[in-house]
Amino acid sequence: MSKADNKDTSEQSEFRSYCQDWLAKNHPGRPDVKIPQGALELSDPAALAWLQTWQKSAYDAGMIGCDYPVEVGGGGKTDCQAIANQEMQRAKTPYLPNIIGMGMAAPTIFFHAQDDVKAELLPKLLSGEDIWCQGFSEPGAGSDLANQQTFAERDGDNWVINGHKVWTSLAHFASWMILLCRTSKDDKYNGLSYFVVPIQSVIGNGVTVRPLIKMTGETGFNEVLFENLVVEDRYRLDEVGAGWKVAMTTLAHERGAGPLVTPASGGMSLEEGTSVSTSSTLSLINLARNQNRNGKTAADDPIIRDEIIKLVIRQESMRQNGRRTAIPSLTDHPMRIPLQGKLVGTELNQDMAELAYQIEGAASSLNVTDDNAPAGGQWPLAYMNSFGITIAAGANEVQRNILGERVLGLPKSK
Amino acid sequence: MAEQPKNFGFGEDETMLRDSAQKFFLDNCSADKIHGLVAHDHNVHRSNECLWDKTLWQQIVELGWTAVCVPEAAGGVGMPLVAAVALAEEIGKAAFPSPLLSTYSATFVLNACQSDEATKALGEIAGGKATSLAVTNQQGSWETTDTDVSIDDGKLNGVTYFVQDARKADQFVVSAKHDGEVGLYLIDSNADGVEIIPDNIIDLTRDQAHIRFKNAHAIELAAPGAGDKAINEAMPAILCIVSADMVGAGEWLLQTTVEYAKTRVQFDRPLGFFQAVKHPLVNVMLDIDRAKSLTYNAACAVDTDAENAEKFARMAKSQAGDMAVFSSSRAVQFHGGIGFTWECYVHLFFKRQMHNQVLYGDAKYHRAKLADMLIGVAA
Ligand SMILES: Cc1cc2nc3c(=O)[nH]c(=O)nc-3n(C[C@H](O)[C@H](O)[C@H](O)COP(=O)(O)OP(=O)(O)OC[C@H]3O[C@@H](n4cnc5c(N)ncnc54)[C@H](O)[C@@H]3O)c2cc1C
Repeated sequence: MSKADNKDTSEQSEFRSYCQDWLAKNHPGRPDVKIPQGALELSDPAALAWLQTWQKSAYDAGMIGCDYPVEVGGGGKTDCQAIANQEMQRAKTPYLPNIIGMGMAAPTIFFHAQDDVKAELLPKLLSGEDIWCQGFSEPGAGSDLANQQTFAERDGDNWVINGHKVWTSLAHFASWMILLCRTSKDDKYNGLSYFVVPIQSVIGNGVTVRPLIKMTGETGFNEVLFENLVVEDRYRLDEVGAGWKVAMTTLAHERGAGPLVTPASGGMSLEEGTSVSTSSTLSLINLARNQNRNGKTAADDPIIRDEIIKLVIRQESMRQNGRRTAIPSLTDHPMRIPLQGKLVGTELNQDMAELAYQIEGAASSLNVTDDNAPAGGQWPLAYMNSFGITIAAGANEVQRNILGERVLGLPKSK
Repeated sequence: MAEQPKNFGFGEDETMLRDSAQKFFLDNCSADKIHGLVAHDHNVHRSNECLWDKTLWQQIVELGWTAVCVPEAAGGVGMPLVAAVALAEEIGKAAFPSPLLSTYSATFVLNACQSDEATKALGEIAGGKATSLAVTNQQGSWETTDTDVSIDDGKLNGVTYFVQDARKADQFVVSAKHDGEVGLYLIDSNADGVEIIPDNIIDLTRDQAHIRFKNAHAIELAAPGAGDKAINEAMPAILCIVSADMVGAGEWLLQTTVEYAKTRVQFDRPLGFFQAVKHPLVNVMLDIDRAKSLTYNAACAVDTDAENAEKFARMAKSQAGDMAVFSSSRAVQFHGGIGFTWECYVHLFFKRQMHNQVLYGDAKYHRAKLADMLIGVAA
């Protein structure tokens, strides 16, 4: 065996013990504000501030942006972000709030922006001081993303932007946006260009952000309207007309299939005094032990047992897929497993939450606001929220098209 | 928990072995050729033949494949289970009729016996002696304490059932009871008092039999009380091997159906244009990848992380079993009328998957076992 595939490199293993050490001493503990299930549901500025403090401290400790060069605010390491993620998750830390920034904006800026823009924007992105949002979707451009109507018109060294974005998560807190829009009406794909644009600093001055209410009653995403917003040309990423290509970098990372690993922490339970994590099968098993079904506990019901174990197996298979995809000789197509990630992950979460609320039986009718709701009402809420991610980031039907076409080579469905 | 190697133990040797197996089956065992060999008689009342290519088997023995998992001390190559799993995957992909997988299963049981006689038998396997397990009773129970064979004064009596590749095997590892305790015994397939009675089975790429013993003289491999334990110890490896066969067969079914969906045109478009065809094929792929990763993980656990081997192997067999059903059902369905014919090769793999799926316990059986391990035995 010659490959380094087997064990951590010496840099990785040194870094791993550093992370373990730091986390043992610096876990932020329980929040003094109510934290929603995920960053896409953030609406309370105090909750955001608490999470930003966590992201900043993890960034200052070197666990966020580890694999980015030092010049752009990164750690200058090789293949260490995955190590930091594993350790942050093992330490059951809170999640990071700037998820769109780290998962989508950062790699896109890194691969396509000019150097001074990278150095200007990436440090505060990685530290979480600047929250980022993604302005891709429009009323007429959802799955058919290239059907962009927002238009940028050149004006000397500036661009003037007009248009309407929807479902823009975190825009209400965002300092910056990654923006896909049209610069030519002559060509659907080659008429697109890609910019980074300010939001917070120009609200009322070319930008309007209006909250949209989710089916759960939570906020978190918005409409964003541009009226003659003026943006400097240096904030354009890559060539005019190359927007689609740049957007592919964003989408690949959004789906976990890009070259850069996205910083991710998490695992901390949301309900004080319980150990509920709606992405944990152990939580599901605990729930089943405590819920009654047909005169026994749900954990004694053979059908519930079978359904739980199916999910346990799916969760393990995701872990093992991740392990296998790092070894090129063990798959026939380099994108075969990476392109599955978003699809199988979101469907697993949805199915876990669905089973959980069924296990809860009558009590699943209780909202998070009801003191008698089992597990704080987190499971039925998680079930509803799970549709956000089976739809967002390329709906799962579209993901199946992509897998069928790009990996299996089936003809395009359009 | 022992730390498993990230690459599942697929080093250069294991990868080379897999690649040479791929080439071997590509060169020698096209689906066309296998079909010609095992499916020449379509009569539903066909006679019960054992159809396989002994020359190819001889080549496999010369390539040293029977020795892969035999420890070096016993005269083998002593490679990890992932090596055998890689071979099993290629065998499944070719639906290759041979006693190799049965021999691997027997190898792991013999390994667990830890006796001189077992070591000797392992040496014979390395030398090419095809060996199969005879450890199942008439009910088809997978509980390792269940057997309808007894042993007294070194003589086997009774009938053992569902013996795989029985007519290809040179010898059997038999579980038998003495005073209610299970031991393991080695017996030659042509020894006195051994009557092999072939089952009429659906899978054309295998043979199966029940075997009647009448005062048949056998060699003790594991004493009464130690036999079921040896099978239990080997069970994770056995489950991995069957799962790998299903993964390989699943991949053949997927790729063959994808190819058909690209070429067959209806409504002016290739079938694969239609999402009612495309999306289930993607789902088959997801299911195969789950099974494959779980199988590698389980095999690696057998090699490096024994305390988790049973759990991971049951996960693999459960997922692979469900995938086997799904991959074969979609393959027949999406081939349309032609998929329902004897002439189309899909049925070979369909039947192999049906057979694999139940072998050593189906998906629900293993999930029930996992529930006992992970949730606790139900009240
Ligand atoms: C919680 C949440 C957060 C989001 N955050 C952001 C954000 O921050 N920034 C942003 O830009 N966007 C965001 N989105 C928008 C998201 O990217 C779109 O909702 C998504 O791409 C689907 O587009 P659509 O809503 O227009 O649905 P449509 O495209 O109209 O799709 C409707 C249904 O039809 C199916 N469908 C569409 N085309 C096909 C096809 N070719 N084949 C098969 N089925 C098809 C879809 O899968 C879906 O089920 C968010 C969405 C959600 C739910």
